[in-house]
Amino acid sequence: MDTTVTNAQSAPVWGGGNKPLEASYGKMMMWFFILSDALTFSGFLVAYGFSRFKFIESWPIADEVFTHVPFFHGNYPMYYVAFMTFVLIMSSVTMVLAVDAGHKMKKTAVTWYMFLTVIGGIIFVGSQAWEWATFIKGDFGALETKGGRILQFVDANTGERLAIRDFAATLPSHRTQHESKNGIWFSSEKALPSFSLEEVVAGVEAHENVLIRTEKITAEGEKTLLSRAETLGKLSAATQVVEGANLIQNEYGSRLFADFFFFITGFHGFHVFTGVLINLIIFFNVLLGTYEKRGHYEMVEKVGLYWHFVDLVWVFVFTFFYLV
Amino acid sequence: MGHEHKLSIFRGLVTFKSNTQKIWGVLVFLSIITAIEVALGIIKPEVLTQNSFLAMKLLNWIFIILTLVKAYYIAWDFMHLRDEKAGLRRAVVWTGVFLIGYLSFILLVEGNYIYDIYKAGFVKWEF
Repeated sequence: MDTTVTNAQSAPVWGGGNKPLEASYGKMMMWFFILSDALTFSGFLVAYGFSRFKFIESWPIADEVFTHVPFFHGNYPMYYVAFMTFVLIMSSVTMVLAVDAGHKMKKTAVTWYMFLTVIGGIIFVGSQAWEWATFIKGDFGALETKGGRILQFVDANTGERLAIRDFAATLPSHRTQHESKNGIWFSSEKALPSFSLEEVVAGVEAHENVLIRTEKITAEGEKTLLSRAETLGKLSAATQVVEGANLIQNEYGSRLFADFFFFITGFHGFHVFTGVLINLIIFFNVLLGTYEKRGHYEMVEKVGLYWHFVDLVWVFVFTFFYLV
Repeated sequence: MGHEHKLSIFRGLVTFKSNTQKIWGVLVFLSIITAIEVALGIIKPEVLTQNSFLAMKLLNWIFIILTLVKAYYIAWDFMHLRDEKAGLRRAVVWTGVFLIGYLSFILLVEGNYIYDIYKAGFVKWEF
């Protein structure tokens, strides 16, 4: 074992003359920061676990929520997140390769690897933005009950999810969005859903094949599907139409799910974003020859630590948000 | 600076010729694990979802263990913890392991308790 043993005879020990950890000040501080940041992230993830355990019977099933891949239509659970994970691991690899090249004082190699790392980070942040946009926009639409539960729709013949636009009736209505310019200036409301509650209810009543799916998870790990009679009975509980997700409403199920999605992936995305900025700064420093003049590329290793940490956190977010 | 790289992984089972080679080797290993996770997440084999160990589905155990394995290799090989002094490594790793383990334990137990209260209490949540 290479644990440090203080040799009392040599070195000015009292004055802090020995170096038990053999790490530079900067590297130690980066590890301090990473450890505290890891605790922040675990605070978020554990809070997610706490809320999920509270509502364990009605929590949304992640691979029914994240089913989209850009430029493709259809149901592809997880593929895109898996791609994002791979991009981030790949950019971690180019980062270590940059550090490795730095040890050998190869300036061109470090420059190229830093460049690729930045590109990987940008692809990841872009993907996350797309993921957010898709999540916010929503997919099928749902009804919300007085108690805040979500009612989704399923086609009885195929077992596939039904979007409210597929069956909602068109009723004559004069309801328009109330904007502050049309009345008292401090009073307004958010955009109206594409269909009114009455239109959705009428649509369900008119189409025999529409069934309601509630939030409750069955013993088989699937959402409870109501019968046609139960469906019609449940309609009276609905108070509003929900499309997409935000901090207050969530068509996919529990509102907390959307809140944690925004906070955790948002906080992580912010880390990736700052990581890209810091990597860019280091990239230009490498380009300018700053570290060549300094005689070593330790700075690349230090930002590398931050960058790998971002990757490390994503590994956990991926597991606890998308897999488990 | 100037650290020597340790080139063996899997407790010395695999030894690479150079640091660069080790990095690619670890990438291959991490990619395989991610692929297994995604495949299991899509297929969700009945055996693993219907059986549980210590109140958690076997599938979730597999996911969490594979995640910790991935975290180990990212920290040890990408973040160079393998090449650091044992003191630095332990200061970082065990602090995190204890604090995060403790936090998860108390909050998950608490979450479960509140679930029981909601379930057995006299308040109606679904209306």
